Amino acid sequence: MKTSTAGWLFAAPALTVIGLFFGLPVVAALALSLTDFDIYALADPGNLRFVGVGNYVSLLQNPLFWKSLGNTLYFVIVGVPLSVAMSLGAALLLHSKVGRFKPFFRTAYFAPVVTTVVAVAVIWRYLFHTKYGLVNWGLSALGIDAIDWLGDPHWAMPTIILFAVWKNFGYNMIIFLAGLQSIPEDLYEAARIDGANTWKQFRHVTLPMLGPVLLLVSILTMAGYFQLFAEPYVMTQGGPLESTKSVLYLMYEEGFKWWNLGNASAVAFLLFLLMVATTSGLLWFARRKGVE
Amino acid sequence: MKSRPLWSFAVNAMLVVVAVISLAPLLWMLSVSFMQTGEAGHFPPPLLPSHATFDNYRELFLRAGMGRFLFNSFLISSCVMLLSVLFNTLAGYAFAKLRFKGRDRTFRALLAALVIPAQVAMMPLFLLLKQMGLVNTYMGAIVPGMAAIFGIFLVRQYARTIPDELLEAARIDGAGEWRIFFQIVLPALKPILVTLAIFSFLGAWNDFMWPLIVLSDERLQTLPVALASLSREHVMDYELMMAGSVVTILPVLLLFLVLQRYYIQGLLLGSVKG
Repeated sequence: MKTSTAGWLFAAPALTVIGLFFGLPVVAALALSLTDFDIYALADPGNLRFVGVGNYVSLLQNPLFWKSLGNTLYFVIVGVPLSVAMSLGAALLLHSKVGRFKPFFRTAYFAPVVTTVVAVAVIWRYLFHTKYGLVNWGLSALGIDAIDWLGDPHWAMPTIILFAVWKNFGYNMIIFLAGLQSIPEDLYEAARIDGANTWKQFRHVTLPMLGPVLLLVSILTMAGYFQLFAEPYVMTQGGPLESTKSVLYLMYEEGFKWWNLGNASAVAFLLFLLMVATTSGLLWFARRKGVE
Repeated sequence: MKSRPLWSFAVNAMLVVVAVISLAPLLWMLSVSFMQTGEAGHFPPPLLPSHATFDNYRELFLRAGMGRFLFNSFLISSCVMLLSVLFNTLAGYAFAKLRFKGRDRTFRALLAALVIPAQVAMMPLFLLLKQMGLVNTYMGAIVPGMAAIFGIFLVRQYARTIPDELLEAARIDGAGEWRIFFQIVLPALKPILVTLAIFSFLGAWNDFMWPLIVLSDERLQTLPVALASLSREHVMDYELMMAGSVVTILPVLLLFLVLQRYYIQGLLLGSVKG
């Protein structure tokens, strides 16, 4: 057997799986989003009609779409910087020379990352329970009145953001830690000789050196946060007053609760476009700032 | 300056505070899961059970069918793991070491496809699997996970470190490509295979949206899907729900603790060098 034949043969199973169960459906989704595929078409494909960009137009006129888009953007715009800052803070702590028991702490910080979203979301629902939750109990000790975390439209999304930060910060922390370890020690040495204090060393040595890692981490986190779904599904079911309904939640309900698969595909493509646009925006911003 | 005792105290105190925040919810879950029914619904919330009991676990396994969900999760995650490790390794090695026509173009196309979120494919994928008769079967939950672009990428990165001379020498000795793969390549890739296995097992175990869509039959549901619907039925039943969370989280947490080194290595290989 020639190596070129072997190459195709070895790559074939994976390529077939990806082509059949991912590539083909993505192309089909674009076509599907241009049809009125609904529960009648599910029963008999003869009921299918081509509607052009009709789904997209009606989505852009649908207040619920804008609401869920706003909620998702809220989650991304507040959640991503908070997550990245928390990850960087934890990485700096673990990188500090005076810290002790670091392997233990590293594992402890990382533990929430490997847990199942649904299961820990169930825990958080009780931790943030208005009457019996540990969080309100702790706040009452500080003299703060009970907050209806998941039942108040103003607090539900912040609670989900806190949850996401807690669950995810360990992942980026590991990446930052590797980045910190690759910064040469003599740069700090030189900064100290120039009289830079700890803050200035962080500002003028650590941050610029971490630039590319920061960019990478922000892009990965953003892509993940745009896909918010399981957290509101378990913690709030999209409520109260639809204040935690995300774009993917809308897609799930449109597609698999009401069986409007054409419309759901249009929702998915709009989300995809938005993700591409924000990622490109971030890259453009980074290039202008001279990162990379 | 950094040797000041105050600084050292502050850093260590912060380390402890963050560890408490990370672990407290998990420890509290464990504690409540051993409480008697209704015990956690008091103010102030109790931190430890007054009389530890296994009742919640008994109730889950005897009446809520937790054993079945646990089995489903293990079966689906193990199948995804075995198949995806095999397929991703074969492809990753091919992309790294075997010259074939269109190789680099295909690989670039795969990398570009990484930006497409999986949810875009879900509606047609559902229709496709319905056509194939795989909706509401274990296979329906398994097949989309049998290969992953990220996994191929991970193996390729690692396989590039295998020296070409080693493979050439085997070819001159008359070894076939399959023999080379199983006797030389696989052993050389062992660390990354472990990493890949953990990633795919954890990914399949924790996956929620796809199993929720494709497995509506309760007898086939995985732990996260079953737990989500249980938590909607038993909103007031803290102790039972915490026991359910323990059963869902414990297997993957243990797996991570045992194989931590491989997991972190893979994470860094996949993101920093990528």
